[in-house]
Amino acid sequence: MSFTSEREQELATDMKKGMDYDELMNCMRCGFCLPACPTYRESGQNEAASPRGRIALMKAVVDGIMEPDEDFEKQLSLCLGCRACEPACPSGVKYGHLLEEARDIIQKKKKHNFPVRLLRSIVFNELFPKPNRMRAVSSLLWFYQSTGIQKIAQATHLTKIAPGNLSVMERVLPKVPSPSRMKNRPTHIAAEGTVKKRVAFFSGCLMDTMFMETNDATFYILKKSNCEIIIPKNQNCCGALHAHSGEKDGTKKLAKENILAFENEKVEYIVSNAGGCGALLVEYGHLLKDEPEWAERAKAFSAKVKDISEILYEVGMPKLVLDPQIITYQDSCHLRNVMGTFMAPRKLIQSIEGVTFKEMHDADRCCGSAGVYNIIEEEMSMQILDEKMKDAKATKARTLVTANPGCLLQMKLGIERAGLQKDVRAVHIVDLLAEALKNAEA
Amino acid sequence: MISQDAKKRFQAIVGEENYLDSKQSLVAYSYDATPNYQALPHAVMKPRNTQDLSKIVKICNEFKIPIVPRGNGTNLCAGTCPLEGGIVLIFTHMNKILEIDEENLTVTVQPGLITLDMINAVEAKGLFYPPDPSSMKISTMGGNISEGSGGLRGLKYGVTRDYVIGLEIVLPNGDVIRTGGKLAKDVAGYDFTRLMVGAEGTLGVVTEATLKLIPKPETKKTMLALYDSLEAAGRTVSKIIANKIIPTTLEFLDQPTIRVVEDFAKIGLPTDVGAVLLIEQDGPLEVVERDIKRIAEICEEEQALSVQIAQTDEEGAALTAARRSALSALARLKPTTILEDATVPRSKIAEMVREIEVIAKRNNVQICTFGHAGDGNLHPTCMTDARDKEEMHRVEIAFEEIFEKALQLGGTITGEHGVGVMKSPYLAWKLGEEGVAAMKTLKMAFDPNNIMNPGKMFAKESRRRLVVNK
Ligand SMILES: Cc1cc2nc3c(=O)[nH]c(=O)nc-3n(C[C@H](O)[C@H](O)[C@H](O)COP(=O)(O)OP(=O)(O)OC[C@H]3O[C@@H](n4cnc5c(N)ncnc54)[C@H](O)[C@@H]3O)c2cc1C
Ligand code: SF4
Ligand code: SF4
Repeated sequence: MSFTSEREQELATDMKKGMDYDELMNCMRCGFCLPACPTYRESGQNEAASPRGRIALMKAVVDGIMEPDEDFEKQLSLCLGCRACEPACPSGVKYGHLLEEARDIIQKKKKHNFPVRLLRSIVFNELFPKPNRMRAVSSLLWFYQSTGIQKIAQATHLTKIAPGNLSVMERVLPKVPSPSRMKNRPTHIAAEGTVKKRVAFFSGCLMDTMFMETNDATFYILKKSNCEIIIPKNQNCCGALHAHSGEKDGTKKLAKENILAFENEKVEYIVSNAGGCGALLVEYGHLLKDEPEWAERAKAFSAKVKDISEILYEVGMPKLVLDPQIITYQDSCHLRNVMGTFMAPRKLIQSIEGVTFKEMHDADRCCGSAGVYNIIEEEMSMQILDEKMKDAKATKARTLVTANPGCLLQMKLGIERAGLQKDVRAVHIVDLLAEALKNAEA
Repeated sequence: MISQDAKKRFQAIVGEENYLDSKQSLVAYSYDATPNYQALPHAVMKPRNTQDLSKIVKICNEFKIPIVPRGNGTNLCAGTCPLEGGIVLIFTHMNKILEIDEENLTVTVQPGLITLDMINAVEAKGLFYPPDPSSMKISTMGGNISEGSGGLRGLKYGVTRDYVIGLEIVLPNGDVIRTGGKLAKDVAGYDFTRLMVGAEGTLGVVTEATLKLIPKPETKKTMLALYDSLEAAGRTVSKIIANKIIPTTLEFLDQPTIRVVEDFAKIGLPTDVGAVLLIEQDGPLEVVERDIKRIAEICEEEQALSVQIAQTDEEGAALTAARRSALSALARLKPTTILEDATVPRSKIAEMVREIEVIAKRNNVQICTFGHAGDGNLHPTCMTDARDKEEMHRVEIAFEEIFEKALQLGGTITGEHGVGVMKSPYLAWKLGEEGVAAMKTLKMAFDPNNIMNPGKMFAKESRRRLVVNK
């Protein structure tokens, strides 16, 4: 095998050492996963852009049939990591683990140019794992939004200077709460009536800053549904962004902090209200399986994690009412494909009086948000999103419900792109339920 | 190697975007669903129409470049593995339904069309295309036709072969011919249509096909019968047919297969029984009800542990879907899954399955068996690890013994998966040396330069026939 660079050679060696060969062999190449894969479909059925193809590429590198060239890295980068291929796979191939392993190995060998290195370092080391800093950055955004600079910038098209979608993204960002509100977060909330369940809440980094309203709405509906809520203080970002970007060490560090923060709480469940976070939390067990001191504790942590909708469905919610309207639901990939949650959110929406639930075609198909995918692989992401909006529009829904902040922003972006701002709104399921609950009480 | 000259000419025909030769593309089209086979082509091409294809084939014939037509690579005989390099042809641009003719009850399709997409389209018009390979969500019509695929409904309705009535083919010299047509009767000359079905891409490229349709059966019922022993299940199969009932589907799963399928599909299959029969009947409601009732009685007469009739369509669909996942679900057990395709007269099923168990034990390998009990088509499936050379050798011996036994019972070496590379060493076992020679003569007449899917069907060397001690 001839390598065009030393880096490729090293990468090939690392892949050989680091990849789980048994898991690569478990793919029997039946192709059952192909129709489930958005990038396969959107690439005009390019086998290399399918799960079977990507596994074959990884295996070819490990087998020494192929050098890990730029094309190879690009192909792995084009994968959304939506994991729709996993439930479709009868052989039970853990595609997501293979992808994360490969990305981690590639990332370690990456020689980023200075600005990218700086940015990655800021994002992965200085921002997301540091709650104070997350708050600070969000505060800046708050300042920007609340001082009217935003309006001026929008009016003067200053925002257009930002590349690609960032200008639209900027418009769809939620209204950030004030810095003082972000600082004084509760640590315990009593149930309204007799306690049905005692749960611990996973706050998340983005959810507890930019999407704080949604976290507050979560407390409100949990409390009204007679759950007692513990919100451990020392918890941190879940690490999903790190994991999907090949920063495995960073992910593990965060996982350990979170395990420590939660393990002494006597609770039945650890509640997550963001599909992306929840899916990583349930995989801490796998993430730390090789660290004797942590393996069992991680497993115990993961076993308790449940999505908010599952818990609400289980305990039963008080009466819910909304104005008559059609509502549709877009699955969060990780919530559905990794946590297996798909019935509960639908049942909850259907239980709202006045609402007509209309299932959208391919609701289980990724919206193209996928962490930072919509920025890194903008073209593919927008192609996928525009398809999604066609399906959403066909339901004639006025409200499009999601269960993950990334998906929510992407849906808002899609609504803007499709010019549907006037007729359609996107909301997090928790916000929808809170609205319906307040409405019923009024 | 493909010369720069040939490459330029190819690109002029299909456009640069439809000529792929990056390492990544070559790897992505170097395999199919057959374990342990992989070889890189020199290029991958996506023709847009028959004219493109004819021109491509002419150039290949001139430069003697091998051509491997590929549907979606779900075949299990290494039929699309480009062993001698050359180009892999893919039909993603040629994937349309050209016509559904409701007067003549035919559908005309391009080769790249996904089988299930076609089935859905004709069913939406109240029509029915019965062949339903388990891979139909992914497999293409070109692949189905070229393998002569069968499916769960084969017992009552037959297989792909029985529905192909007209073809457009690009011959290895680039000529385009049409065979058959929308005719119920046609004896003008040799039956090239039938010859091309199951030709595995060795005689030409299918570019269009006209298929026969039938009216969609009004109703369907699915049932599941559980047995202690294989014999009881086998006796039930014979007795149903002897009672002049032809069910649509009569599928069989042995115990290890049931366990794995349940693990994947989680539909409540019992995992402790010896064998399961999945039975389906379709047609007018009264007939279906009468048949299902009688079949249930027969199952009970043959000591079924339980007989369960699906109450809703969803329940029935869940059962068949679970059966369709059997092969891939078995792949959970071990890294390498080798599926075989031995077929015996249906009266010999129980005997064959029992012999497979003996052979597996004797060679110390793990083999599960499932298949189409109604038509005698069994899929003994071996769970192994390709890295274990010593075990792989034993697996090979076991399969040889299985083929030998199937032939002894009046069966064949493949019922629906084709010969490809996998079975080529055994072809002479079934056909005799003279039979293989006659087929080779035919191949050379069509394809004197041996460019169409070379290395498939005919092995360089045949295996010596084993003598199995009984
Ligand atoms: C999980 C699983 C279940 C399966 N179940 C069944 C089953 O129930 N019944 C069954 O019969 N098979 C089954 N198969 C085998 C396989 O799906 C069939 O053989 C199928 O017909 C192959 O279709 P394909 O489009 O993938 O063709 P490919 O595998 O790509 O090609 C098959 C053959 O057709 C040739 N070919 C493809 N297109 C053309 C063309 N246009 N012109 C000329 N030659 C062409 C190829 O060269 C090759 O020899 C199964 C396979 C898997 C993995
Ligand atoms: S479904 Fe699973 S086993 Fe089949 S090709 Fe895809 S990953 Fe491989
Ligand atoms: S994770 Fe999603 S995009 Fe990636 S291979 Fe699987 S289905 Fe395709």
